[in-house]
Amino acid sequence: MTTTPTEESYPYGQEPPPQYAPGWAKPEPDTLTQDTVPQYHGLIPAPRHPGHEGPRATPPALPLATLDARAISAWFGARKVLDRVSLTMQPGRVTALIGPSGCGKSTFLRILNRMHELVPSAQLAGEVLLDGVDIYDTGRRLTDARRQIGMVFQKPNPFPTMSIYDNVVAGLKLTGVKVRRSDKDDLVEECLIKGGLWREVKDRLRSPGGALSGGQQQRLCIARSLAIRPRVLLMDEPCSALDPTSTRVIEETIAELAAEVTIVIVTHNMQQAHRVSQQCAFFLAEHGTPGAIVESGETEQMFGAPVDQRTSDYVNGRFG
Amino acid sequence: MSGVSGPAVQEQEDTPRSLASARSVQDQVFRGGSRGVAILVTVIFGAIGFFLALQSVPTLEHYGWAFFTENDWLPERDTVGLSAVLLGTLLVSLIAMFTAFPLALSCALYITEYATPGLRKSLVAMVDLMAAVPSIIYGLWGVFLFGPQLIPVAHWLHQNLGFIPFFEVRTDPDAPVWAQSQYTQSAFTAGLVVAMMVIPIASAVMQDVFAQAPVGEREAALALGATRWGMIRTVVLPFGRGGIVGGTMLGLGRALGETVAVLMTISFAFDLKIRVLENGTITVSSLIANRFGEATSAQLAALLAAGFVLFVITVVVNTIAAIIVSRGRSGASTEI
Repeated sequence: MTTTPTEESYPYGQEPPPQYAPGWAKPEPDTLTQDTVPQYHGLIPAPRHPGHEGPRATPPALPLATLDARAISAWFGARKVLDRVSLTMQPGRVTALIGPSGCGKSTFLRILNRMHELVPSAQLAGEVLLDGVDIYDTGRRLTDARRQIGMVFQKPNPFPTMSIYDNVVAGLKLTGVKVRRSDKDDLVEECLIKGGLWREVKDRLRSPGGALSGGQQQRLCIARSLAIRPRVLLMDEPCSALDPTSTRVIEETIAELAAEVTIVIVTHNMQQAHRVSQQCAFFLAEHGTPGAIVESGETEQMFGAPVDQRTSDYVNGRFG
Repeated sequence: MSGVSGPAVQEQEDTPRSLASARSVQDQVFRGGSRGVAILVTVIFGAIGFFLALQSVPTLEHYGWAFFTENDWLPERDTVGLSAVLLGTLLVSLIAMFTAFPLALSCALYITEYATPGLRKSLVAMVDLMAAVPSIIYGLWGVFLFGPQLIPVAHWLHQNLGFIPFFEVRTDPDAPVWAQSQYTQSAFTAGLVVAMMVIPIASAVMQDVFAQAPVGEREAALALGATRWGMIRTVVLPFGRGGIVGGTMLGLGRALGETVAVLMTISFAFDLKIRVLENGTITVSSLIANRFGEATSAQLAALLAAGFVLFVITVVVNTIAAIIVSRGRSGASTEI
């Protein structure tokens, strides 16, 4: 990991107060302290040998997770692209990140599962708490954070030569989870059903993933992310490369998934944000300044009665 | 005809129309020029093959199949055959490839996947430099520096793995004063020297392909919680399969044809043996280089026939490689 610059406005050792954009429901203080938040990581055994624990393919779904980003700043080289952004993504809800191009919302999303640091010159500050535990904690494994916080990308990226079946279980293999064959079959079916793809591919699970259409590939990617039971699912403009029909199917999928996994979605499509999300955060980078959240809160309120004039202009299509 | 002419058109037979269009002068000149060069390359290649084939006809007619089964090369006694030479060529190439393949692969993986950008630049430059060193330098290095260092290695292999026919040497490895000279100038020595020359070529091809592994798929693997090695196994290696095969085959082509370095490293022996650690071996190209100067016309014909055989083998190896490579996903961009 790259070195984390200290925020100059917050001297070392002094915790910066979490910033809450206007309109955002400030959480009760005690939900943020680590003492009261259940520590699932220590209590529930990692799914190393599921065969020994019972008939289930993977452990039972964990309680819904809260993802809490605190004072996130990000740099590419010397250029600062995010300035102390704080946002709580509440369990079991869909949070949409909206804003014009270049406002840092994708960077913010990639920070949430440690993909940001893949860029050589990238740096960041702040912390990302998954149920109260910082995923950037030096004592924690990088792969652990990514396993718990899945990601679906803008461009569908199934492993093209792998079969549909193998694509779905690729995450198990990559994270070293051994699963019995019959459990695997069940898991593939379950994930493809959740991804809204089962009916279309159930007779050709052995054909390569690259042979599917763009929309089907994207749903395959969603199914693949779900197979390792992530606590949070991040989606980076998942429909921007797809046709309206595929988009609709994926939006329905998102709505169904929201009950079991916390979802964060970046989208350029205002209507989509309105349709799929319950919470919304509006990012903006004005006049060469780093990106920041202008306003965040309930989607209905953001679209119906935004507090900030810029939000109002953006959601009504007057710029961006 | 009016604007609405649907029915009239439907009555006619629909044949595909010509798509030719007027070309500019520059386009025509360039087109003609590049076509000419392309034809020239093909003609030259065909001419070399034809020339060699034509020259080797008398030899092949004279010796018949014995040319491939006889192991000795004694033109003055009218005994000429390629079996030992071909076997020696094969062994030297195989040793080179077995050594070079893992080294080139790990080198390419380190450079593309693990090295920091700064280090990557200098490593790529080093590998390219390694390819630019003339083969005679490798030969000198093999004779004076590397060769002597390999004697204890060969001795150790003989002592510990001597039960494998390849590592056998016709001498007592455990003698108090073991015969050092028996372990010198062997196919093993030559193979390792050639390996050093093959590594940069194979590694460069592999690097090119690994670097093209799609970012989307890399990120997909990493986002699933894969380790870097897991990502390489799932994305980079399957994608780069064409380049791995292509680079290796390209290296094999070089190994088969390598002349000067082998000529300097080995001592000639026309024995039909697979004891690679043992002193003495022979390869086609080093045979030709060695005997060419003093050859009579009959000998020359025999050498040309040997050259023709080598030519055919390299063409076959490269063709197979090209076929395998073109089947891979990365094939289109792999040069071989």
